[in-house]
Amino acid sequence: MVELNFARVRPEAVMDLTRVPELREWGTENGRLRVGAGITYTRVIRELGDRLPGLAMASRTVGSPQIRNRGTVGGNLGTASPAGDALPPLYVSDAEVELASVEGTRRVPVAEFVKAPKRTATNPEELISAFLVPEAGGPQQYAKIGPRNAMVIAVCSLGLAVHPERKEVCACIGSAGPTPIRACEAEDFIRGVIEEEGLWESRGELAEAALGRFGELVSEAARPISDVRGTAAYRTHAVGVLARRTLGWAWNEYRGGI
Amino acid sequence: MSQTTPTTPTRVGPGPTTWTPGKVGESDRRPDGVPKVTGEFEYSSDMRLDGMLWGATLRSPHPHAEIRQIDTSEAEDLPGVYAVLTHEDVPGRKVYGMEIPDQPVLAWEKVRYQGEPVAIVAADHPETARRALEKVHVEYGVLDPITDAEKAVQEDAPKLHLSGNVLRRIRILHGEGVGAAAKADVVVRGEYEVGMQDQAFLGPESGLAVPDGLGGVDLYISTQWLHIDQDQVAESLGMDPDQVRLTLSGVGGAFGGREDLSMQIHACMLALETERPVKMAYNREESFFGHVHRHPAKLRYEHGATRDGNLVYVKARLVFDGGAYASSSNAVCLNAATFACGPYEVPNAEIESHMLYTNNPPCGAMRGFGAVQACFAHEAQMDKLADELGLDPLDLRIKNALKPGDRFPFGQEVPPPAPVREILERVKVMPLPEEQEVMGRDLRGLPGGVSNVTHGEGVKRGVGYAVGFKNIGFSAGFDDYSTARVRLTVEDGEPLVEVHTAAAEVGQGLLMLQAQIARTELGVEKVSILPADTRVGSAGSTSASRQSYVTGAAVKLACEGVRERLFERAREELGEPPDGLSVEAGNVVRDGRTVVPLAELLDGDELEETCEYHHRETHPLDENGQGDVHLQYAFAAHRAVVEVDVELGLVRVVEIATAQDVGKIINPQALEGQIEGGIAQGLGLALMEEIQVKEGKVLNASFTDYLIPTILDMPTVKMEVLELADPEAPYGLKGVGEPPTIASTPAIVAALRDATGLELTRIPVRPEQLAGVSDGPPLPDEPTPGGAGYAEVGRLDGRRET
Ligand SMILES: Cc1cc2nc3c(=O)[nH]c(=O)nc-3n(C[C@H](O)[C@H](O)[C@H](O)COP(=O)(O)OP(=O)(O)OC[C@H]3O[C@@H](n4cnc5c(N)ncnc54)[C@H](O)[C@@H]3O)c2cc1C
Repeated sequence: MVELNFARVRPEAVMDLTRVPELREWGTENGRLRVGAGITYTRVIRELGDRLPGLAMASRTVGSPQIRNRGTVGGNLGTASPAGDALPPLYVSDAEVELASVEGTRRVPVAEFVKAPKRTATNPEELISAFLVPEAGGPQQYAKIGPRNAMVIAVCSLGLAVHPERKEVCACIGSAGPTPIRACEAEDFIRGVIEEEGLWESRGELAEAALGRFGELVSEAARPISDVRGTAAYRTHAVGVLARRTLGWAWNEYRGGI
Repeated sequence: MSQTTPTTPTRVGPGPTTWTPGKVGESDRRPDGVPKVTGEFEYSSDMRLDGMLWGATLRSPHPHAEIRQIDTSEAEDLPGVYAVLTHEDVPGRKVYGMEIPDQPVLAWEKVRYQGEPVAIVAADHPETARRALEKVHVEYGVLDPITDAEKAVQEDAPKLHLSGNVLRRIRILHGEGVGAAAKADVVVRGEYEVGMQDQAFLGPESGLAVPDGLGGVDLYISTQWLHIDQDQVAESLGMDPDQVRLTLSGVGGAFGGREDLSMQIHACMLALETERPVKMAYNREESFFGHVHRHPAKLRYEHGATRDGNLVYVKARLVFDGGAYASSSNAVCLNAATFACGPYEVPNAEIESHMLYTNNPPCGAMRGFGAVQACFAHEAQMDKLADELGLDPLDLRIKNALKPGDRFPFGQEVPPPAPVREILERVKVMPLPEEQEVMGRDLRGLPGGVSNVTHGEGVKRGVGYAVGFKNIGFSAGFDDYSTARVRLTVEDGEPLVEVHTAAAEVGQGLLMLQAQIARTELGVEKVSILPADTRVGSAGSTSASRQSYVTGAAVKLACEGVRERLFERAREELGEPPDGLSVEAGNVVRDGRTVVPLAELLDGDELEETCEYHHRETHPLDENGQGDVHLQYAFAAHRAVVEVDVELGLVRVVEIATAQDVGKIINPQALEGQIEGGIAQGLGLALMEEIQVKEGKVLNASFTDYLIPTILDMPTVKMEVLELADPEAPYGLKGVGEPPTIASTPAIVAALRDATGLELTRIPVRPEQLAGVSDGPPLPDEPTPGGAGYAEVGRLDGRRET
């Protein structure tokens, strides 16, 4: 819609997917959630807030109420903008994107689905039918930077998920690289720290220094550019701060809201 | 070109608005309020007419280029296209402009800014019109743009206009000037910069031109001043003004951005050429190229004071980037020079104000008009000085506050009322908002809001003060007047007053003000405001916060004329001595007793008066920048409380407290709206609003990337309103629209400095600066996706991704 409005595309035909009921459904499948691509942000917030808290937090930051009522997660995937707010939460939960065509259905990990800015692994005849994602097994966070306090495209953002069941913490940077970026070194580092100190079991505090180092490693993983929305230096700095803070909040929640 | 010209239907223009308004001093419910909220109000972009064509504009992708050739033949051949016009088709004067007619209706030989109109088309569908633009082939010889005002003054800079690159230069010498520097114990210096703000009105430029079949044209249009549009359109069409009739249609905000012409001449040219009604409506992106912006400025200051805090001298050099064409730059340059020192008693001053042509987007009128830029700098200087002297910044201001009888640096005596000290004292004693614990707060009460960036970490509070002022009405010798026609009649047995002016209601509430005055002065319940059009004399511009004063005075004058005739009638027919008569609730009364009902006295007749109100004469500045230049002065002080996440550089403005002298409150609710709206615009300039221009090209021509404050960015506003009557003005009122915008920006920046300890010399302040990560704005190489600023403005082919 955005591209149409800017007269940047003039497609031969436009298909209205809002009347395909299958795209608007969600349910469970082999222990994972299968969420139709046509689910709006408003519905994610309302219906999936406790199962997918990270995605719900991200949805809350999207546009205005009107946009959240109309815009879908499928559309966010289809756009594949590095600033797409739904993407980092899907990355940190290792979501899969389901693509359907007359040939059949295939599922692609989201990190492989998003190929480059505005480019996806979808073939021309394929439809994004759903995404599959495990229900949150631990605390999740999403934080987004914008120079105003609502209705803003991310200058940069961070999605984070604590996965006690697999003893991992995942972090994904948004809008500071050509695609969302998983901060693998930061993830490895913090997993090591938690393991070493037996924090999964003790639910003890994460040291400030560990949070700080985690933030630094996330900053190092960013590959931002400077543009009208912000400088590369600021983006690098800010994702680090967000990583440090969100991990602190999520870990505290894991510890039982201490 | 058109084979089957349909008979042009005459548009039924907007009708009168009739209601029972409040009296002067009462809140009134906007008659257009509900329709606006429910979407039923007809804005100029909503107008349509059977058989109408759509106009579109081809704009230059280059900020500076020679036009070698324009080939329209392919566009003309496109089915559905009715006209393709270029500069060759402009029937009359090929340039326009309010102060200096230097702007081409359609460019020839050269383009001087990105987005300059080069050709126009009319087609039977807006998409066809847009496609036709792709088929107009313009051969450009691209030239290096001049994009730095400081470079435009250099000797070897290419001349953008025959007159050179200096649009205006003003020098004010007051007292001994910098010669007084020796008397100063303390000197502070600073350099400040203001980015290019946009009016960001929500209703883009639009209008409908309808040929009258007799060679003339009716234009339904959003504008701020119908008659100056009429004059300019008629001049360029080569017609008498009475062949070009204008009617105001629904205006979606203005803020100065509708003072200059946009599509007015173009739509009329297309309508006359095709003999069909032609509608033109810019989209959001085009709108950014379709109107002027607030001047970016660089301001260099030096303040000297005694050890105990008395100002000794101010030296200031203000450099404004006027962009490619003159617009109202002349007056902005003058305003800035006269307000450069702020509302302080300054015994010695030397001020230079420079306005330059560049190849950047043209700049012109915007709410605050030159006072905004100067205020940001002089208020930063006052804080710096207070810091240097170890004085409280508010006390320093109070100590130096102007008062009636003092002299402005430009020689005019400060007229009463000038309650600078009073408004500062008011904001000083207003209770500060309670400081709540940051940790565990609702996200909406923290910087970043629901974006969830902080739960209290890094949040620091700051408080800042500023005071500003501005002239009301047109200055420097301009014969500033307004015309009102008032008719008292009887409808269904009830007296009714009809008010007809050409004054543009742009959302500010002038409709109500006129009706309130009519109701108050003529003692009737029902008032009808006729649509503003050029069938009545000029009302002047809806700008310079002047309409309440000038059109208010004209309406009052006409009402008084009608009332006199009424009393005359009472004397003639009833033998009532006119002394002591008044009108109330539809009756002529004396000592509270009804003498005769108006309806009976009128007996089927109507009484009508047309009056012009001209305000007191003002004078231009002489060569030393001295003169009684302005009419009225309005003052407002602001206190800002902010919370800054110092690590991320994100801000929540907690509260703005303000005190403003308005002379007389005409409509409390409308006044509140002006104060809050003005503060929102001031907040925008402080924190986010900037048109980013690189090499003469706009990088963020969209509301995706030109950010204006949302309701979640707006703080609570506490206001104290002073009513100190101006003896010269109707009801003692002062203009109120602009003062809230002027000092709110520096107050917020002062609060940011207080919270962070940073110097912050450039606005808007960006998160990068506040977080100390980098200073200055980022300079991208490519326009961002989702933003605009395409190299090919107005061309679809240039945008499609290959
Ligand atoms: C005012 C405004 C504010 C916005 N704010 C934000 C924001 O804060 N954060 C953010 O991330 N985005 C924002 N957006 C962008 C956009 O609205 C969202 O990304 C939204 O998720 C898009 O969903 P949609 O259903 O509207 O998709 P559409 O716009 O209809 O489609 C987007 C793209 O995806 C493709 N597509 C859609 N559905 C499918 C499908 N099922 N299969 C295959 N391809 C498909 C379309 O062909 C198109 O290319 C904003 C947009 C606007 C206008």
